[in-house]
Amino acid sequence: MIDVTEEIISSSLRIATPLALAALGELVTEKSGVLNLGIEGIMYGSAFVGIATAAQTGSLTAGLVAALVSGAIAGLIFAFATVTLGVNQHVAGLGMTLLMISLCNTANRIMFTADGGQVRVDPWKPINFGGPIFSQYWLTYATFLVAVPFVWWLLWKSGLGLKIRAVGENPEAADVAGVGVAKTRYTAIIIGALFMALAGAFITLAFVGTFTVNIVNGRGWVALALVIFGRWTIGRLLVGAALFSLVNAGQLQLRLLPSFADVPFEILLALPFLAVIVGLAISGRNVPYPGSYLKPYKRL
Amino acid sequence: MKARFALRASTPWWRGPLLVGVAALLTILISAIMIRWAGGAPIPAVRYMFISPLQSRFGFTESLLSATPLVFTGAAVAIAFRAGYWNIGAEGQLLAGTIGATWVGLHAEPLPRIVGVPLILLAGMLFGALWALTPALLRTRLGIDEVVTTLLLNPVALLIITGLLNGPWRNSESGFPDSDVIADSTKLWIIWPNTRVHFGLALGVVVIGLCWWFVGKMSGGLKLRAVGLAPNAARIAGLPVERTLLITALVSGGIAGLGGASEIAGVAHQLTTGISNNFGYTGVIVATLASLSFIGALLVALMFGVITVGSFSASRALEIPSQIGQLVQAVLLITVVCALVIQKYRVVWSTKKIEVSK
Repeated sequence: MIDVTEEIISSSLRIATPLALAALGELVTEKSGVLNLGIEGIMYGSAFVGIATAAQTGSLTAGLVAALVSGAIAGLIFAFATVTLGVNQHVAGLGMTLLMISLCNTANRIMFTADGGQVRVDPWKPINFGGPIFSQYWLTYATFLVAVPFVWWLLWKSGLGLKIRAVGENPEAADVAGVGVAKTRYTAIIIGALFMALAGAFITLAFVGTFTVNIVNGRGWVALALVIFGRWTIGRLLVGAALFSLVNAGQLQLRLLPSFADVPFEILLALPFLAVIVGLAISGRNVPYPGSYLKPYKRL
Repeated sequence: MKARFALRASTPWWRGPLLVGVAALLTILISAIMIRWAGGAPIPAVRYMFISPLQSRFGFTESLLSATPLVFTGAAVAIAFRAGYWNIGAEGQLLAGTIGATWVGLHAEPLPRIVGVPLILLAGMLFGALWALTPALLRTRLGIDEVVTTLLLNPVALLIITGLLNGPWRNSESGFPDSDVIADSTKLWIIWPNTRVHFGLALGVVVIGLCWWFVGKMSGGLKLRAVGLAPNAARIAGLPVERTLLITALVSGGIAGLGGASEIAGVAHQLTTGISNNFGYTGVIVATLASLSFIGALLVALMFGVITVGSFSASRALEIPSQIGQLVQAVLLITVVCALVIQKYRVVWSTKKIEVSK
């Protein structure tokens, strides 16, 4: 029983890594008043760019860097559309997602699958500090030990974080106080996109070591839900990520039990998504949206 | 020098079409680059994609066929967005519609066609509306953002289909994960002889017409638009905002589900995991490019039908990936949406820094 528990906790941490990273990215973005529905696409794009570069250069690090660059570029385009032009954020974000997915599927076809093959790399190996729980990918350690405290510090302790929150709550007041609204939002969106790119790169470079169509599989949408579930705080966001990952890891274990052999595994796969919706139903009422959520800012 | 966008006092009539034209050219340019990369010749490929489907009867009718599901999802998204209900779950609602339709199709053997066809369409519509019900209730009763919940239900619908096809609905002859072929009595009529164009297209046009008439001409439609434009004002004016949103969401889901039934009963005749080629998400592009106008959505859907068929024929003839069709649609969305905003602004180059009072 201990083994199963340890196994569940261990795989929960693995499952939670891309979710936590992406949700942190979305959190930074939304704190500036911008909803980035491009999250699923940015993860998809960096998952592909990461593994494609790693396969071409033979270096996982180069893949990671390229994935981050792709995330930054996608973030920049999204920021131009939503901040500079003030395009509807739902439309721009979803457009970004569809663009990245179709772009990567096309590129994947051209580069790797045209002759029936598949891109493959030797993924990162878990680093073992003893026991299954402490045998994790370096990016998992980095996520919980570095990224989480960093985002907390960035948003709530740093000067930039104060600007981001000010711009997200009341852009007019921030503008009067001399804070560049557009500049701050660009910064927040790009930092956010970098975290989303880390999440995407983790999926291909650590998790699976290959790329298949639909590899992100709604993780971006789950991360989006986690931000609302977390009421834009890091602590609650992590609780949400932990709950989701436990349900997910639990269903993976359930599938191995003989008494669940007759339950179609697709039903179990759907459970985590339904759990998120239930979580939102319980915890998503009267949530404190950032004051300028979805509203473009123009000084006129 | 610093560039800044300033709102135009008046927009000359030609700027809109001009910028949309520029956006279209930019899209063609980007697709040409991708085609070149894939090792194809760009100019013939562009001709294959955008023009050749219109030059043959086969290409034209296949384009109509490809446009059919997009007519439904485009209408579904447009009516929801008009009410300010951000339903991004048309994908899942369409898939739910295919489940309902297949269920009827597999059990309707003894019925006459005049009963079977309405039944399969009704089932699709009901299942689509049912799939939209949970997010709609969460939004209207508890105030939970529908964007996230509708999005999250899309992969769930696909998982249920996969589960059904690997389990109870596995093909009884081949053993493959496709359902059996539905009963003849539930297959839709072919409305253009010797082609695959089916009754679903006519139905889609009727749905578009009804949406246009209801939203544009009826008092209920006026309420819907008021709720979409200014929910707080509508609430103060005594309009039943929540009820309007709930009903619109269900209608939107029902239309998407009807599109799913039309695919099953009209052309596929069986359920497969690939039944929806991103129809729901593409519906968002269709509705947005049409500026949420229903007639516009019909035209954009037809255009996308041409691009879909064109990208497949370009793919066959020039050995470039057929995925390029979806890429073109996504690029077109982003460039056109940006162009529509840009036309309202002019660029001001200022050398002076704007003073901010301390």
